[in-house]
Amino acid sequence: MSGYEPIRKVISGNYAAAYAARDARVQVVAAYPITPQTSIIEKIAEFIANGEADIQYVPVESEHSAMAACIGASATGARAFTATSAQGLALMHEMLHWASGARLPIVMVDVNRAMAPPWSVWDDQTDSLAQRDTGWMQFYAENNQEVYDGVLMAFKVAEQVNLPAMVVESAFILSHTYDVVEMIPQKLVDEFLPPREPLYDLADFSRPFSVGALGTPDDYYEFRYKIARAMEDAVKVIRDVGKEFGERFGRDYGSMIELYRTEDADFVFLGLGSLMGTVKQAVDVLREEGYRVGAAKVRWFRPFPKRELYELAKTVDGIAVLDRNYSFGMEGILFTETKAALYGTDAHPLVRNYIVGLGGRDFTVKDIRNVASDMMKAMEGGETSEEILWYHLKRG
Amino acid sequence: MIEVRFHGRGGQGAVTAANILASSAFKEGKYVQAFPFFGVERRGAPVTAFTRIDERPIRIKTQIYEPDIVVVLDPSLLDTVDVTAGLKDGGTVIVNTEKSKEEILSKLKKKPAKLALVDATTIALEVLGLPITNTSILGAVAKATGLVKLESVQDAIKEVFSGSLGEKNARAAEEAYNKTQVYEL
Repeated sequence: MSGYEPIRKVISGNYAAAYAARDARVQVVAAYPITPQTSIIEKIAEFIANGEADIQYVPVESEHSAMAACIGASATGARAFTATSAQGLALMHEMLHWASGARLPIVMVDVNRAMAPPWSVWDDQTDSLAQRDTGWMQFYAENNQEVYDGVLMAFKVAEQVNLPAMVVESAFILSHTYDVVEMIPQKLVDEFLPPREPLYDLADFSRPFSVGALGTPDDYYEFRYKIARAMEDAVKVIRDVGKEFGERFGRDYGSMIELYRTEDADFVFLGLGSLMGTVKQAVDVLREEGYRVGAAKVRWFRPFPKRELYELAKTVDGIAVLDRNYSFGMEGILFTETKAALYGTDAHPLVRNYIVGLGGRDFTVKDIRNVASDMMKAMEGGETSEEILWYHLKRG
Repeated sequence: MIEVRFHGRGGQGAVTAANILASSAFKEGKYVQAFPFFGVERRGAPVTAFTRIDERPIRIKTQIYEPDIVVVLDPSLLDTVDVTAGLKDGGTVIVNTEKSKEEILSKLKKKPAKLALVDATTIALEVLGLPITNTSILGAVAKATGLVKLESVQDAIKEVFSGSLGEKNARAAEEAYNKTQVYEL
């Protein structure tokens, strides 16, 4: 499909999420307010009040209940959506396992926000990355357009592999920043994302069965294996859906890692989400200054794009992993995953970890230039030790 | 890329002003970005908001440290905030004030290349009956910078405020446009 007329609007990342939920024709939304997520569900409530969307909105008393309500709705075959941030996501944790274990294709937007204490409402990836092992797929948006596109693709992928998906955007940097977003006319969204076809019909009494039953040691193991396989299979589905999205709407998401000027690069910056927009800008500046450098943005963190990372790692001498998150007692979370994915392969770039922007500290083009210069020094010195740099730390 | 920084106080509509300026430029075919300082705003406390305008999609996601244009919605901020911090050489400062050019210049740490003054508070009180200066000051921005047309600002205002409120705010912008004094320094 080409030459369609998009609906261009200047909207916030949160509104992009709300419009996408509306255009995906979600049937049930259950959510609890938390900064900086709240304007997503407020906008959805407005759509319902204005008659722009036919959605059953379930007000609940906590995020745990929000996810429980989505699980109930999704189990009946409905397309269910919610949104949260930080402590809210943490409170959902138990239910996240339920959603994936029951193989329910719920889509949630998490607005990345730093975990308290100390209280913070600003951007930090640790909240979503800490949910790494819950069986949810995770898509990280660089900008408001990707929030909108991400929600639509997440539903399509989730409903094919029967696993839930999280679309992650940055607190304020996207959630409250107004930017140009091209929305897709409803008819074309409907063609891309037809109504959900659930695996079963709870109301079909000729085929009675249980959801969430006891799994004895004789069965549980196989249930886990099937989820593991579904997550592996999701890699192909994600790439196919991303490619189809590009063919229909002109924005290609056919790769799980987006490469920017990585051809002939000595080293690349690897990272997630909104900070990669600034990194691309910095790459242009650094290229003009003679650095051979590129950017690699991990769009999907779960399933982890092992193969694509390996293909990239073979072509570069260094990878500077930018983590706006931290796993205490270890290192940046993307750093760990990167090394694990490359272990035992014939790709041996120097991989270094830069801890940046925690709790919303601004990470600027100047900062990226400093990282580049440190990276070059490490590569020229033949340094091979893994090192974690707390880049912004106030010293002395 | 043109970068604009708004200084106001919580409740005066600096964030809305940044959004409306972005929408105005978007109407003229530009790529835009508008966002508040990522802080915890309170009514009356100093507030900063930003707008970026470019011919190409805007990828950068940081705050603005070296603005081309600074817009001050509340003149009392000149005594407490260094509004010209990081202002580019050749930059423009637009101030809501009833004071003279000399008085305002004496309060600025850096002398801009262009200074525009307008008594937006009086205009807002006359036209809206409220001292909310965000829509008036945008008329001054259009006049002083030529960054966007007054008509685009008025269209964008009417999208944010519907009905007679939109008409009034659009009129406030026009009044300010006509009354803004621009000084090349």
